[in-house]
Amino acid sequence: MARIGVFICWCGENIARTVDVKRATEEVEQIPGVRFAIDYKYMCSDPGQTMVRDKIIAERLQGLVIASCSPHMHMKTFRAAAKAAGLNPYLVEMANIREHCSWVHQNREEATAKAVELIRLAVGKVIQDKPLDAIKVPLTKRALVIGAGVAGIQASLDIAEAGHEVVLVEREPSIGGKMAGLSETFPTLDCSQCILTPRMVETGQHPNIKLYTWSEIESVDGSVGNFTVTIRKKARYIDMSKCTGCGECWNKCPMSKTLNDFDYGLSKRKAIYLAFPQAVPARPVIDKNACTKLKTGKCGICAKVCAAGAINYEDQDEIVTEQVGAIVVATGYKLYSIGQEQDNEKYTGYGEYGYGKYPDVIDALQFERLSSASGPTGGEIRRPSDGAVPKSVVFIACVGSRDPAKGVSYCSKICCMYTAKHTMLYKHKVHEGTAHVFYMDIRAGGKNYDEFVRRAIEKDGAKYYRGRVSKITEENGKLIVRAADTLAGVPVTIEADMVVLASAMLPSTGATELAQKLKVGYDEYGFLSESHPKLRPVETNSAGVFICGACHGPKDIPEAVAQASAAAGKVQVMFARNELTRDPEIAKINEQNCAACYACVRTCPYNAIEKAEIRDRQGNLVKMTARVNPGLCMGCGTCVAVCPSKSADIDGFSESQIYEMIKNL
Amino acid sequence: MSETEKTAFEPKIVAYVCNWCTYLGADLAGTNRLEYPSNVRIVRLPCTGRIDFNLIIKAFEMGADMVVVSGCHPGDCHYTAGNYHARRRWTLFRDLLETMGIDLNRIHFAWISAAEGKKFAEFITEITDKARQLGPYQAYREICE
Repeated sequence: MARIGVFICWCGENIARTVDVKRATEEVEQIPGVRFAIDYKYMCSDPGQTMVRDKIIAERLQGLVIASCSPHMHMKTFRAAAKAAGLNPYLVEMANIREHCSWVHQNREEATAKAVELIRLAVGKVIQDKPLDAIKVPLTKRALVIGAGVAGIQASLDIAEAGHEVVLVEREPSIGGKMAGLSETFPTLDCSQCILTPRMVETGQHPNIKLYTWSEIESVDGSVGNFTVTIRKKARYIDMSKCTGCGECWNKCPMSKTLNDFDYGLSKRKAIYLAFPQAVPARPVIDKNACTKLKTGKCGICAKVCAAGAINYEDQDEIVTEQVGAIVVATGYKLYSIGQEQDNEKYTGYGEYGYGKYPDVIDALQFERLSSASGPTGGEIRRPSDGAVPKSVVFIACVGSRDPAKGVSYCSKICCMYTAKHTMLYKHKVHEGTAHVFYMDIRAGGKNYDEFVRRAIEKDGAKYYRGRVSKITEENGKLIVRAADTLAGVPVTIEADMVVLASAMLPSTGATELAQKLKVGYDEYGFLSESHPKLRPVETNSAGVFICGACHGPKDIPEAVAQASAAAGKVQVMFARNELTRDPEIAKINEQNCAACYACVRTCPYNAIEKAEIRDRQGNLVKMTARVNPGLCMGCGTCVAVCPSKSADIDGFSESQIYEMIKNL
Repeated sequence: MSETEKTAFEPKIVAYVCNWCTYLGADLAGTNRLEYPSNVRIVRLPCTGRIDFNLIIKAFEMGADMVVVSGCHPGDCHYTAGNYHARRRWTLFRDLLETMGIDLNRIHFAWISAAEGKKFAEFITEITDKARQLGPYQAYREICE
């Protein structure tokens, strides 16, 4: 007969109020296999756990049932207590008599009866429990960082500085992300490139960082500690080892009609181009859709002028694989498209604002380029249509944000701040001009943030109107902005020379496809889900995958950087050990019994089951079988349910354990 | 619950739930003190994908009057796709049971997330009422004997 100890907790009054703990204890002692049952006010407290440990030793217990709260609450606590007393931690079961009993039933009689029943079920299970040992998994101390915006750069540098190798993958030709294109940053107005470019150079030169630009993630296999990542290096048509970045090629290239994506279409670039002057790596790329040589075979000027002989028109995409132990996702954001095309049928756009129709209606990132010293106008505020200096500029906040009917329901968080910044940048350059802002609410929570907005209004004279713009039309070269000032209760019409739309932040294109490759959850908008909104903000439910920056939700630069360092910190915590331990409650196959139908192989969501051969000593094939890779199995048990020969089973939730539980209904 | 009902038949209900969604949903019902009948016995499993037909049949054999299976919503499975397997299997299983002459009203399937404590409490209340109306599942036990 088994020697099972049952410990029934009062949880103060939480359980004892509705469950007659004393009576339950007496009844539980009658269950076959139970050595004794004992009750205590707070089993999870230090004296409670001491009692558990002492009893394990004194009574030479073979299993424990703790009847208290949810196993999600205290299973770890009591497993640790058992381990400390020399009992295998997987010989502990919990009966949830608080959340599933005392808190949901009022009738004392019924609650007590149910508590005894739940304990009986748990005793049934613990009798069938087997001692298990935590699985040890080797760990590759190398990290993959996806996305090289400010968050990805910060995470990479932190991990690299800690002495671990980092593989940094960026799909654009240069690292730097959105921040590299910003003009000045709130609330200090320090120049974005001045603070970012030194970090970019550091990233590009760091001995521990292996940089893949113009590359994308093809697939991710494996699991925490041992991921195999397949990366597609897109054809760049440049031999990176030969190119010196001298610039002869893009200076001589005759094709100059392609819109420059770095300037969000406000300028043109060549077919062979450097992403932007401070690009890291400072190597060009050929746009295969613009290059005449690649399209028709004629031209070839860049190859002729390249003294280093670095141009290679025959270049092909290359697939490389990297082994890493942890992954940090920092894929960032894009802006809600206010033009004709939308990337989600739920978004209908803002045709009434005339974006795409009137060239002087631009979005916030375009305004950043206009006011950037390295931008298309060299930092002068000139409107796109005729290059005139606008005397009156209207800024519209919440375009797409907080608008479930046409856009997204969330607040994009940074628009209030950058709109205030835009009015200041404008006013500092066009002293006689007027900035008008239409807003819903001003959300300026953050260190020195509200002061910054007040400064824009009070010192730099931005005119703020609480209200929405209904329509923008063009008359005699002016943009007529019709709106309501809801505080004054009057309609407002402004003749503007330029309109800037602060559009909503969306996760960047392809974020959900990447999330699926990484088995990370995402919300209805495509922002990646953290494991716990408060306590595990950079972890995901996919072990070993961490998130930071705007791929998780709208956030400003300081938050993205803080989160990136947090993610890097989590990676370092992981890498501080030499191997990983995993929960041993995983599937196993009875190989003698297995009929090798491989239903489990096809079913397993983790590709954790392999086809294997059993051979005798002479090497003759005895039979084929399925075999579980314990490093990959996550213990879902789907294979158990599909196995027609009942050869698959799962430790901790085995067939016999469940039968034993329901035996005494 | 009135006195007359209490002396009447009380069904035994087995709920096979996944560890990540419905078990936590049931925990949440407790945290929010949402009351529901005490007939249900929750059996925690890693995933609904773990639930094979035998577990359900076995529960009836052991005296259950009603069996409930509940897991994460489609798309939310902790193991990516376990609940899809459960759903597919469930469709097949229903037909099989029907052919065997087993009353499909005795088995219920639900998606209850970790945030749906209220849904859990309401679902169990509804199921228990239904089980009370159906009465003891004598028909199955007669087959077994």
